[in-house]
Amino acid sequence: MKKRTNKILLSVMTLVVTAALCACGGGKGDESSAESKNSSETTTTEAESTAEGTAVKGGEVTVGIAQDLDSLDPHKMVYAGTKEVLFNVFEGLVKPDKSGDLVPAVASEYEVSEDAKVYTFTLRDGITFHDGSAVTAEDVKYSIERYAEIQGEGSAFSIMDSVEIVDEKTVKVNLTEGNSEFLANLTLAILPQSNEANFETQPIGTGPFKFVSFTPGQSLVVEAYEGYWNPELPYLDKVTFKIVADTDTAVTELQAGTLDVWQYLTDDQVATLTSGFNILQGNVNYVQALFLNNSFEPFQDVRVRQAMNYAVDKDQINEMLFGGKSHIIGTNMIPAFSKYYNEETETVYTRDVEKAKELLAEAGYPDGFDLVIRVPDNYKPHESTAEIIVENLKEVGINATIELMEFSSWVEKVYSGREFEATIVAVDGTLSPGSWLEKNPSDGPKNFTNYNNAEFDETYKAALATVDDEEKVELYKKCQMILAEDAASVYIQDAANLVAVNEKLDGYVFYPCAAQDMSGVHFVE
Amino acid sequence: MKYMLKKITTLIITLLLVSVVTFVAFSVIPGDPALAKLGTYATPERVEALREEMGLNKSLPERYIDWLQGAVHGDFGESYQYAGVPVSELINQRLQVTAILAVMSFIIILVIAIPMGIVSARKEGTWIDVFINLFTQVTMAIPAFFLGMVLTYFFGLTLKFFQPGKFVMPQENLGACIRYLIFPAVAIAIPKIAMVVKFLRNSVLSEVKKDYVRTAYSKGNRTKKVLYIHVFQNALIPVITFIAMVAAEILAGSIVVEQVFSVTGMGRLLVTAISNRDYPIVQAVVLYITVIVIVINFIVDILYQFVDPRVRTE
Repeated sequence: MKKRTNKILLSVMTLVVTAALCACGGGKGDESSAESKNSSETTTTEAESTAEGTAVKGGEVTVGIAQDLDSLDPHKMVYAGTKEVLFNVFEGLVKPDKSGDLVPAVASEYEVSEDAKVYTFTLRDGITFHDGSAVTAEDVKYSIERYAEIQGEGSAFSIMDSVEIVDEKTVKVNLTEGNSEFLANLTLAILPQSNEANFETQPIGTGPFKFVSFTPGQSLVVEAYEGYWNPELPYLDKVTFKIVADTDTAVTELQAGTLDVWQYLTDDQVATLTSGFNILQGNVNYVQALFLNNSFEPFQDVRVRQAMNYAVDKDQINEMLFGGKSHIIGTNMIPAFSKYYNEETETVYTRDVEKAKELLAEAGYPDGFDLVIRVPDNYKPHESTAEIIVENLKEVGINATIELMEFSSWVEKVYSGREFEATIVAVDGTLSPGSWLEKNPSDGPKNFTNYNNAEFDETYKAALATVDDEEKVELYKKCQMILAEDAASVYIQDAANLVAVNEKLDGYVFYPCAAQDMSGVHFVE
Repeated sequence: MKYMLKKITTLIITLLLVSVVTFVAFSVIPGDPALAKLGTYATPERVEALREEMGLNKSLPERYIDWLQGAVHGDFGESYQYAGVPVSELINQRLQVTAILAVMSFIIILVIAIPMGIVSARKEGTWIDVFINLFTQVTMAIPAFFLGMVLTYFFGLTLKFFQPGKFVMPQENLGACIRYLIFPAVAIAIPKIAMVVKFLRNSVLSEVKKDYVRTAYSKGNRTKKVLYIHVFQNALIPVITFIAMVAAEILAGSIVVEQVFSVTGMGRLLVTAISNRDYPIVQAVVLYITVIVIVINFIVDILYQFVDPRVRTE
């Protein structure tokens, strides 16, 4: 069915292209108009849009989103797509800025004790919820405790001892052990306890936009919050997040002017958006990898895992899927974490078919082996990646086949059940660098690849515990290098994220986490 | 009366069977709704808590009986995906949209297909017939979603008759909603028109060759009268059955076309509910569709009695 759809799509494209060609050949007048279109052609810019002119307050914008929201309760949401959107409505004591640094939000300042066991926050003067009521220390305590309870025992909050109200403006978070990264968890949304009954239906937060309405499967509407603590933000009066399930439909709606912003475009789709939009380029902030089950017999041998790394052609995947715009990686960390990211891991393996064959022969698999790659069906590029990898592996003699699974079955069998040989998926993390590596400690609950390396375990533990910043960076870099050299899995890329933004708009920025911040977006004149 | 009673009993039994089958089917296929919702954030405690919230910790028969008790009173429970929103509310909003869309395309089909079919049969072999034949041959082969894309491109992007994606719910503005739905309705209707025309034409032509028509002519009737009074009545019987099938197919067609035009109807709801394992919604939508199909068949049965006296005497 999918194949057929593609074929039909192709024929439509051909039709459209033919029509465009005919129009160009239609006469002098048409030709010049086509040329003027070319000169105003969409420009691809790095990171920030470049519309010129002065910023204006006001206006309405429609942002297309691919996925329906899973919950309006910010403590219960899990989809990255939901977090991106609700980033505009809720805030924590601190929140990330566009470079991933944590800056004060509901709190105006904070202090971390020497041993990283006590975090003290001072509430911002005059800060209010969207219903106009003041944010109290009780609300903060309530929110942190509620969030911790929902996250459960295995979460980062297992080391939280208590939340203490010092006075009406000061809240202390006490930990049972020192953890210098705990601040990243306190980006959790601060909610008014008085609204408890309506968290799922009429949410109230402290963010730059306030909730207006949500129609399941259709849209979420938010409006500027007049009482926002930063009087300069937001610029826009109203933002509608419209759910568009199909990416091709989304492109049509961009062309029709129904949508002003749309993320995750493919290279081909960018080519069809010839005017009216700026195409911005960022990254999706996911680690896409061919994860290897280290308990699967051939993968118990490091040489076989290394052979896999030599066999897979990451550049080819990047080129074919994202026009070469993705960032190739060699470990489980995204480059956006520039402070912690270990760039040297990128060059540990470069494609070498002969070397892969040698390693396989040494490990006792001169004729390769059979491999089933389980791929979740919720993200098309994973399927295409799998197809390329199957061809790559064929060259070194490994006979791989793809088994496409519905996402929920994938979670059940592969992620929770760990019943797989290899799988292609993208994993995320939070703003704490440790969260990106938490899937690898051998006894970790999230170690779905059954990775087991004593050196890694030790280094990771030391990195989490240390309060010395420089040492922390060093240890995390070492962790990443261990994963790369030990060939834990085949880490592929942090894929390119191409975003179309209406050329009348400016101020769209990328975050190194799940956030689509509309507060700084504005029209220009 | 007895006939009605029999029909209603069949309806109830069918509904029960369908609900049992969907219930069992969804517990057999892989994919746990709690896991589907939590994804890679699934820790054993969170999954357990969510399963309890969803009522999945009970056994299958228990769950079915709970559900049935609610369903009898028109309460289909709450959606898993949209916590706190009753399923019936979600469905009612969307049912209106799909109903409007289906009725519109049904009217378009009848208004265009019936005259075309008759003309094509009357003028058999002339250029009009050839033209209609060609038209039906081509349009029959085009799937509705492809037509949808073509219509969006020409009427939406090029001619700007409508703005793709700017759909309004009927509760907000009925006029704007209907105006937006014209093109989706056309996309659904065109392939079906072709089928109805072909069917009607063949039906009329095969009746024309029968003995009673020759008798009618020999009694001195004019062509028009023979055609409309004698032939048409008989030719219509198989066509009614066919149109009833088309009506059911319109529902299926709308599921696909709704996606292309970003119309938030039952189709969109069903597709997302299935992939999210949102059983309460799937269960209710399947039942609604079953009821609609059975009711259509019921209406057809009654129509038969009017058109065909032979059924009545039985």
